[in-house]
Amino acid sequence: MSYQLPTFRHPELPVNELGYTRADYEGAISTLCAGCGHDSISGAIVRACHELSLEPHRIAKLSGIGCSSKAPTYFLGKSHGFNSVHGRMPSVVSGAAMANRDLLYLGVSGDGDTASIGMGQFAHAIRRNLNMVYIVMNNGCYGLTKGQDSATADEGSASKKGDANPFSAIDLPGLALQLGASFVARSFSGDKGQLVPLIKAAISHRGFALIDVVSPCVTFNNNAASTKSYDFVREHAEATGTVDFIPMREEITASYAAGHAHEVTLHDGSVLHLEKLSEDLDPFDRVSALVALEQYRARGQILTGLIYMNKDSRDLHDVLETSRRPLNSLREEDLCPGNKVLVNINASLR
Amino acid sequence: MQALQSVNEFVIKFANVNGTGSASANNLFAKAIFRMGLPVCPKNIFPSNIQGLPTWYEVRVSERGYLGRRGGVDIMLSVNPQSMPQDIRELEPGGYFIHDNTKPLDLRLIRSDVTIIGIPLTRICNEQYKDPRQRQLFKNVIYVGALAALLDMDFAVLTELVEDQFKGKEKLILPNIHALELGYQYTKENIACPLGIRVRRADKVGDQVLLDGNTALGLGAIYGGATVAAWYPITPSTSVVDAFERYAKRLRIDPGTGRKNYAILQAEDELAAMGMVVGASWNGARAFTATSGPGLSLMSEFLGLAYFAEIPTVLFDVQRAGPSTGMPTRTQQSDVLSAAYASHGDTKQVLLFPSTPKECFDFAALSFDLAERLQTPIILLTDLDLGMNDNMSPPLVWDDERQYDRGKVLNAEDLDQIERYGRYLDVDGDAICYRTIPGTHPEKGAFFTRGTSRDEYAVYTEKGEEYEKNMHRLMAKWETIKQWVPGPVEQAAGRDTDTAVLFFGTSEESSMEALDYLVEEDGIHLNAMRVRAFPFNHEVEAFIARHQRVFVIEQNRDAQLRTLLMAEFELGPDKLKSVLCFDGTPISARNIRKQILQQMPGYNVTPLRRDKLVGGLGE
Ligand SMILES: Cc1ncc(C[n+]2csc(CCOP(=O)(O)OP(=O)(O)O)c2C)c(N)n1
Ligand code: SF4
Repeated sequence: MSYQLPTFRHPELPVNELGYTRADYEGAISTLCAGCGHDSISGAIVRACHELSLEPHRIAKLSGIGCSSKAPTYFLGKSHGFNSVHGRMPSVVSGAAMANRDLLYLGVSGDGDTASIGMGQFAHAIRRNLNMVYIVMNNGCYGLTKGQDSATADEGSASKKGDANPFSAIDLPGLALQLGASFVARSFSGDKGQLVPLIKAAISHRGFALIDVVSPCVTFNNNAASTKSYDFVREHAEATGTVDFIPMREEITASYAAGHAHEVTLHDGSVLHLEKLSEDLDPFDRVSALVALEQYRARGQILTGLIYMNKDSRDLHDVLETSRRPLNSLREEDLCPGNKVLVNINASLR
Repeated sequence: MQALQSVNEFVIKFANVNGTGSASANNLFAKAIFRMGLPVCPKNIFPSNIQGLPTWYEVRVSERGYLGRRGGVDIMLSVNPQSMPQDIRELEPGGYFIHDNTKPLDLRLIRSDVTIIGIPLTRICNEQYKDPRQRQLFKNVIYVGALAALLDMDFAVLTELVEDQFKGKEKLILPNIHALELGYQYTKENIACPLGIRVRRADKVGDQVLLDGNTALGLGAIYGGATVAAWYPITPSTSVVDAFERYAKRLRIDPGTGRKNYAILQAEDELAAMGMVVGASWNGARAFTATSGPGLSLMSEFLGLAYFAEIPTVLFDVQRAGPSTGMPTRTQQSDVLSAAYASHGDTKQVLLFPSTPKECFDFAALSFDLAERLQTPIILLTDLDLGMNDNMSPPLVWDDERQYDRGKVLNAEDLDQIERYGRYLDVDGDAICYRTIPGTHPEKGAFFTRGTSRDEYAVYTEKGEEYEKNMHRLMAKWETIKQWVPGPVEQAAGRDTDTAVLFFGTSEESSMEALDYLVEEDGIHLNAMRVRAFPFNHEVEAFIARHQRVFVIEQNRDAQLRTLLMAEFELGPDKLKSVLCFDGTPISARNIRKQILQQMPGYNVTPLRRDKLVGGLGE
């Protein structure tokens, strides 16, 4: 890494079940602008992975190009990383996931990376229900190329340059729902309390898990006329409810009043508690989720939290019926049919 | 008029309508000749269209073993009124024109120097079959029966073939044999047979097989240990992944669980297909894609990334006629430059050029070893002619002792021995570095793969010296690569000469035949070299240096191989002469001979004009 964090750590820092401190999940010191929402998201990823006691080397972090796509350098320094090319992270993850189904794939992208150049790959990764966590660090603009509007910029919203955006916005959670995504959430980089459990739930979900995180760009898009500024989002965000994620290993002690909470057991045995605040939304019903998204949008509000989840999701490996052993661990004896078979094939060609 | 006379040496062409089921009847004919022990080379010449347009099938029969296109047609079987005027023009003087005379032939078409043979195919069908589809299908089988009589073929071979072909669909055997007999009997009874051209059993094919290059590539990927295939449909490469899937379903199912030891992803486009290959290869699987020119253009972005980040990837490019959508179902060798330098910046990609189905199989399997050994994309270039046509080939062989070469990959124990791992450290001095696969070791070996500049420890840097050092190492690796790729194949002329020919891929058969013509008819002896890979190794350079003049034979307009040779060896333009064909059909031996003669000192009676160098359909 270009900037190494100091390795000294206070001996009493909390360790997780693997004996790792949070620092074991950090990466290089960020070179993003001070106050960039992306850094807060990196922090939330670090916390979620630490609290879930994930083995860092069993996580692969992949991204496209952009400030957001640089962020993986700043977390999970013990994991393999891949900055691919602009907008094409989903295809690289697709191949990687085919090669080894046993790693956790964490994809990080920007709104430019996802909603413009990478729209096709984004849509098709969803369609295939690729088993990955897909985090969009959504600032409504292109940070790395200095502030042009992105396709998620709201109509009428103005960036630092001042011109109001004349085009309608692509709403990524809405789009993902339409495309059949099995897990859709939205959050705000300034709300760690909501974001961390969402990331944990997304990690435990089998299939494609989208978290669209509104992440203000302090340099180019944090002004009064922007709908992706800190102030605007704080004033206009509505949560679907509180989300509480309990990993499989922990005893479940919390209790929720019936009728107000959902409990979902995920594929790996973890439990997700959802305390329902929004009356309009049933997060296990796609239609309800779509309706709620539209209603909030019409009111000029941003619906955050878990928006939709398919509890019976089947991921791409399930559909393709691929071997349970990672394909990259197969050897000659599993793969090569040998000369005897070839002799028969030759005979059939005469 | 002297009608052509020949035993076991001729070219026959079938002119049909696309979508009428003629392909399988034509194939039946070619395969029967092959089973009679005669070298045979069928070529489909088909339109980019599913139904209605003219389509041709040309079969070269040659006891001498010539398998390329010769040029000219000796027998034309024409059942497509649309193309009849052109079809009859293509015949050699003395040739035979066989047509369906249910309707009389347009008198204006008749040539006095060819033998015209009418067989009432439609009438026979209408008398025999009520169902219109049957009338159409069996018409083709009937003319195969008629040819058996005209060429004095062994009828039993045909019936055996039908039995083999419809094994499992027994209901179809008798009706097909019946149709063959209808044609055979009618011809025997009504037409003077056999013709001057005929076939006799011979023993000239030994243990060879009849196989298309795309199937051989798919099989090569199976044997080479590919587990991930990602692709987007495009002619003429589609059947590569089809073949891979067909054999994988048979040979790659885990016996314990019934689950697949492979994954095939039909991507949303070629860009994504290549991205999937990059991701899978980065993660330690052997992965490949197959495409053609338009797909290669889209894949270039990822090829650049794979080159710079040094990710082993395998791409099979079955070339067709470009540029752009070009002629989708016609053959060319015109992706050479765009493959060699695919992507922006200073990139160089490794190319392999197989010439036969056996080489397709061998090189496909080899690609995975090379990709991992050299940590770079391997692009295997074939073309429609080799990919989609049955080609005679030595049988496929696998050495059961062979181990996959996984290249320089560090496992957990290796990493334990290392103080500090550096992804781009040239530890062995061959410019190839050690890679690690994600998930290998809890503390060591993780690094960032990126398409941006970085230092030896994979850390992002924009320092000019670091960037240059990396680029120099990539160039040094290019030198290393020369030792690993297949070397050229040389054939010395019978006599000392300062002139040579150089070619690659499917130009081989016609080139070798043309060299024989030049000796026999013109007394010209030329040395020959077939290049099998880029980077070219030193033997290629030495070969060119040894000669005054080298004809570079290739199937594109811009002499792309010649350009590549000039660029890589810093040659001036004088030494390398071009022999080109780019009309979408495979280059023919006669065309090669003509172009060489036009450029030979003492022979160039007509001034050389590039636009005149191309053979039409008949050449
Ligand atoms: C093919 C290609 N086109 C353009 C670029 C230039 N580029 C780099 S990042 C970027 C936009 C990034 O925007 P976003 O994904 O929203 O990320 P942010 O920087 O805002 O986090 C662009 C256009 C590129 N790298 N590659
Ligand atoms: S330009 Fe914007 S998005 Fe990029 S680092 Fe700065 S604040 Fe973040």
